[in-house]
Amino acid sequence: MFLTSQFKTSLRKNLQLSKLLPQLLLIILFCYIIYFFTKNTQINLAARNLNFGFDFLNTNSGFDVQFSLIQYDGSSSYFRSYLVGLLNTLLVSFFGIIFATILGFIVGISRLSPNWIVNKLSLIYVELFRNLPLLLQIFFWYFVVIRSLPSTEKSMVILDILIINLQGFYIPKFIFSNFIYIFYGLFLALLATIAVKYYATKVFYESGKIIPVFKIFLLLIIVLPIIFSFIGDVSLLVEYPKLVKNFGIFNYVGGVKLVPEFLALLFSLSLYTSAFIAENVRAGILAISKGQKEASKSLGFNNPQTLKLIVIPQALRVIIPPTTNQYLNLTKNSSLAAAIGYPDLAGVFAGTALSQTGKAIEIIFMVMMTYLTMSLIISSILNWYNKKIAIVER
Amino acid sequence: MKKIKINSFAVLAFVVTFIFTTFNANANQTRENVIKRGSLNCGVSQGVPGFSNADASGKWAGIDVDLCRAVAAAVLGDANKVKYSPLSAKDRFEVLKAGDIDVLARNTTWTLSRDGGLAVDFVGTNFYDGQGFMIRKAANINSAKKLNNVKVCVETGTTTELNLRDYFKQQKLKYEPVAFTKADEAVAAYDAGRCDVYTTDKSGLAANRTKLKNPADHLILPETISKEPLGPVVRGNDENWANIVRWTLNVMIEAEEYGITQANIDSLKSTEDPAIKRLLGLEGETGKNLSLANTWSYNIIKQVGNYAESYNANVGPKTPVGLARGQNASWRNGGLLYAPPVR
Ligand SMILES: N[C@@H](CCC(=O)N[C@@H](CS)C(=O)NCC(=O)O)C(=O)O
Repeated sequence: MFLTSQFKTSLRKNLQLSKLLPQLLLIILFCYIIYFFTKNTQINLAARNLNFGFDFLNTNSGFDVQFSLIQYDGSSSYFRSYLVGLLNTLLVSFFGIIFATILGFIVGISRLSPNWIVNKLSLIYVELFRNLPLLLQIFFWYFVVIRSLPSTEKSMVILDILIINLQGFYIPKFIFSNFIYIFYGLFLALLATIAVKYYATKVFYESGKIIPVFKIFLLLIIVLPIIFSFIGDVSLLVEYPKLVKNFGIFNYVGGVKLVPEFLALLFSLSLYTSAFIAENVRAGILAISKGQKEASKSLGFNNPQTLKLIVIPQALRVIIPPTTNQYLNLTKNSSLAAAIGYPDLAGVFAGTALSQTGKAIEIIFMVMMTYLTMSLIISSILNWYNKKIAIVER
Repeated sequence: MKKIKINSFAVLAFVVTFIFTTFNANANQTRENVIKRGSLNCGVSQGVPGFSNADASGKWAGIDVDLCRAVAAAVLGDANKVKYSPLSAKDRFEVLKAGDIDVLARNTTWTLSRDGGLAVDFVGTNFYDGQGFMIRKAANINSAKKLNNVKVCVETGTTTELNLRDYFKQQKLKYEPVAFTKADEAVAAYDAGRCDVYTTDKSGLAANRTKLKNPADHLILPETISKEPLGPVVRGNDENWANIVRWTLNVMIEAEEYGITQANIDSLKSTEDPAIKRLLGLEGETGKNLSLANTWSYNIIKQVGNYAESYNANVGPKTPVGLARGQNASWRNGGLLYAPPVR
């Protein structure tokens, strides 16, 4: 052989270099692109006498917002208007996710129903809500459904507890005194349930006897808070919305008011997303082979037990990953709120605050980071849950 | 996963192109760009009758539209070479700053924070306005002082929503704003009963009342709660362009003062009056100061008309909007319209 070992090493080094070079170039390119955009922005901002900075967040905003979960008015800061928008986004996303999940499970299971009518109705539901563009559905609820409700003085009053008109839905407000005692009761019920569950597992492994943990839980969660509310002298005041008249203008005051913009957004987001979740649920259940159920029955489990112990745990593994995506979509889709004037993050902050200050770069950056963070939090929670219930492979 | 092969040569080429890409700031070139393009990009409203509104065939008209046409006449010699971009109140300044339009003529109020903080220049006032309220007659309210616990429809990104808050704060009255990004949505919401009151500039109230189902059922309250000098806006980094738009408006106002109209301008060519001669481009070098041909002001008056002609054709008492000249009359007739001398 003529090749010295020295030559071989240098060849190998050369090979490594030729592999490394593209990577290196890519990194340089990447850094350069970032540099380019930052520099370009700086130059253009300077040329237009614009200064970049977040100082504006401390100045007062000067505009009021239709409704907010925290104390806010025009003398509050722009930062507070950001919080107002963020909380309104979280509010509609939170309830949207809950309703979409409940509806999605009901419809998804109905899709597999042997009952022809239930089966076909749920099929229509899915195809309808899944295939119409979301914005159109928002407009439908807002401009068609809610706009055709009666005016305030001619409100529909349902059993004195729900008042419906074109300016919103009104429900009574519950005002508790010493509410904290009910909370103690709930907390104790939870602790007790954990103890019972622990005990039940032990009994189950030792004797095979099944203790109905869930029924005990239901009992505790009702009875304990009631007992505690007697101990703590909890009183409940119900504030009903009242119709008042100022000249020829009617208004409901008191109670809890749900504005039409919120309702339209909530309805459309929930229905649209539930159609996708329904399909995930159906797919999840269908993914469990018949053999599993037959095996479960032959082991002596009854129907509910089969569903609870065999089918659902396995189906969830299939259902959760795509459903996570739906939760993320719902949260991001809530930014369509601006189209109907619901004061969410996109509307209040990326809309009103942006146009009042002209701080486009700063505000869009903040809003993008916020949506990114929300998405990452939702997906990490569900990833964690998914891992927890995943099949442990040995 | 398939490995992506990166051709290092391609990467290199990319880097080189990027390095030699010039940083562009695009300042001071609006006039050149307009001439090169052969048309003026003008930002207008999404439809305010009398100010900027497109008819069924897509033809725009209004006093703001006339301003765009006048600028096109001055710079390009042809008032018809305008491309209109309908903009919401919320987007207008961003679109202007980004360079997508050359002039913003969209019932926009001149304020300190906009002029000083947004890197734009306000170059004059083509309509003196003020904010008011519209309400249903059935509400039995005849004064803004009686508005309490009302829901108010308003357009977002406007001075309107700021004045609204100021007013109710000053009066110690309660209200709930319902803010929309488009005027049409705010008007429709008010019409449907979502709000008890609709607020905007009084000119806008008059214009939008024509869009309601039953205009006669609604009333504009007498109070004017703010000053809204509406005028054209340009980017803040182009002095020459700011001057062109500013003096285009001034020519229209001064032409009215000297009685020069679209109809009589050609017959005035033989006049001895130096001021009229200057406005006709027959004396002095007004165009040179703006880097325009000396016929610029003649073209404006000939093709678009003077301020009074534009006013009467679009918002005057004989139009559906029906606004009397009032404070928008020439200073010679007791109004606020006063242009610095075109000389
Ligand atoms: N002058 C105020 C408000 C101007 C404004 O946007 N008014 C509304 C209501 S009349 C409008 O013109 N809307 C037309 C549209 O959205 O296209 C401002 O500059 O902020």
